[in-house]
Amino acid sequence: MSAQDRWIHTPPRKSATFDDAAIAEIRRAAATGIYDIRGAGAKRKLPHFDDLLFLGASISRYPLEGYREKCATDVVIGARFAKKPIHLKIPITIAGMSFGALSGPAKEALGRGASAVGTSTTTGDGGMTPEERGHSDLLVYQVLPSRYGMNPDDLRKADAIEVVVGQGAKPGGGGMLLGQKITERVAGMRRLPVGIDQRSACRHPDWTGPDDLEIKIQELREITDWQIPIYVKVGASRPYYDIALAVKSGADAIVLDGMQGGTAATQDVFIENVGLPTMCAIPPAVKALQDLGMHRKVQLIVSGGIRNGADVAKCLALGADAVAIGTAALIALGDNDPALEAEYQKLGTTAGAYDDWHEGRDPAGITTQDPLLAARLDPVIAGRKLANYLSVMTLEAQTIARACGKSHVHNLEPEDLVALTMESAAMARVPLAGTNWIPGSNI
Amino acid sequence: MPTVDLASSPLRELNGALHRLTPSTNETHWTVTNPRGQHNIAVGLDFPVEIEIDGHVGYYCAGMNKQARVTVCGNAGQGVAENMMSGRVHVTGDASQAAGASGNGGLLVIDGNASARCGISMKGIDIVVKGSVGHLSAFMAQAGKLVVLGDAGEALGDSIYEAQLFVRGSVASLGADCIEKPLKDEHKTELKRLLDEAGVEGVSPDEFKRYGSARKLYHFHIDNVGSY
Repeated sequence: MSAQDRWIHTPPRKSATFDDAAIAEIRRAAATGIYDIRGAGAKRKLPHFDDLLFLGASISRYPLEGYREKCATDVVIGARFAKKPIHLKIPITIAGMSFGALSGPAKEALGRGASAVGTSTTTGDGGMTPEERGHSDLLVYQVLPSRYGMNPDDLRKADAIEVVVGQGAKPGGGGMLLGQKITERVAGMRRLPVGIDQRSACRHPDWTGPDDLEIKIQELREITDWQIPIYVKVGASRPYYDIALAVKSGADAIVLDGMQGGTAATQDVFIENVGLPTMCAIPPAVKALQDLGMHRKVQLIVSGGIRNGADVAKCLALGADAVAIGTAALIALGDNDPALEAEYQKLGTTAGAYDDWHEGRDPAGITTQDPLLAARLDPVIAGRKLANYLSVMTLEAQTIARACGKSHVHNLEPEDLVALTMESAAMARVPLAGTNWIPGSNI
Repeated sequence: MPTVDLASSPLRELNGALHRLTPSTNETHWTVTNPRGQHNIAVGLDFPVEIEIDGHVGYYCAGMNKQARVTVCGNAGQGVAENMMSGRVHVTGDASQAAGASGNGGLLVIDGNASARCGISMKGIDIVVKGSVGHLSAFMAQAGKLVVLGDAGEALGDSIYEAQLFVRGSVASLGADCIEKPLKDEHKTELKRLLDEAGVEGVSPDEFKRYGSARKLYHFHIDNVGSY
């Protein structure tokens, strides 16, 4: 082929705007007439903790000895009002995920794993199961807008209560658990017909706004005789104001969930386009607590895309008291395991990309109510994997904290961090690496 | 028969004392005076005790009640008997929004009117309102029965599941997926039982219309998006 022939046409060039994913979605929408529903959190590239680095110690700071000097990781949550605050051995908790969205063995495994390392797990929409309570030393009971499975007996069995206002994957949205997962047991717990698509409301039925929430929290405290902490969970959207209002409403602790946080079933367009990335939500939340004199008094638990000990350390350095993991915990249990690739292929996906959690056909036995699939997950083995993973994350966070000269992971601070990009510097409110410049700080 | 004056005694003491009741107690009838609209009175009870509250109450009175029989001699604020599991709550006056919200069982009787969202998200509770109910009552109602002797506001039973609604007066409008259904003998029998339990006299079940779910929204389908 002559050079002239070769260049008679320009080489194929795909559009950055109409990339493969965008084109595939247009075709899918055209074929089905319905939006895409899926599980998990935002998959798009977002400013995240990878854009931050720790400086470590040198001449101006001195480190602690790795493998020798103590770096504590314990956290007390809920001492503001509760007579029995939660004492966690590690600053990593398990986020709320429902029995219904998850199988019974998966919930049990979460409880086993969390308990083995001294941390808490959390119920979800649909109530508390005996397996979950039995295998969780510390269990946080969610009070959700749907009130599915809500009852005062379980409320009193809980170690803490979490009033869920929103979720990072869908701030302002409710949920839809499709009929495939509404088995007899799930339906019975939620008082719904078997097999119907079950809508979870986006607003609480009996309160609206912070003044009502304050009374609602007082009700929950009265019912539980002021014994246990009450958290408020919000999706990251307007964190400064939401955190301030949660404090005003009387929360002992606040869970702030960024848009990388997972969901059992939500529209893809919602997951990818609503809310704030986790990293940029933390500074305004911490600022709100500081402005109210409540930083470290009302604990801030951050979730959404936490993957390793470095992410944990970065959250803590930005001012969080603890983090919560959901998607990462499911992966630790065995979700999206490459060993199941053949089965993922049959579902039209691949290990690492499987997100049709709402369909209930999870070959790993985690996001399913199919008894045969659920039976594949050994809760003891899966729980051990989760415990291992939590331990590794904790060790990693300690490693970084020692390198920064901290005897407690809570002593990490923004001053230990720099950002690799201008965007992350502006969002995390730490200097651009190699400079003392925080974009926007002098405006 | 203990009497607790909330003008001089903190709410915490009242609720704490009620939570500490044991089966051997003789204190099975309590009177609460001067509630003065306080919130969260007699919440979280789990004992077959009689409570009479002499005056108006604020939010969530008798919230999450189990077994107890609570009478409010006055009006009730938002969310009276919310998430009730069993027992009986009786409001002699009017009730504000979200009366009986997400209740799982028991009977809530309101002698006057109930405001918006009465019986919202109800999950098995029975509610008898002798007056009228406001808009969006029985929104996403899952189970239980709502009986309204007066009128119902707009969007009654919006997105209703399996709860049954009985209205004697007019209905301003029905919500998504809520339709009128035949009032059969078994419904009349159940309705008569509820009217009797609520102390309603001289009213026949035949005077009511029954409403429930058309079940068209039970599975999300693109053809139904115009419904909401």
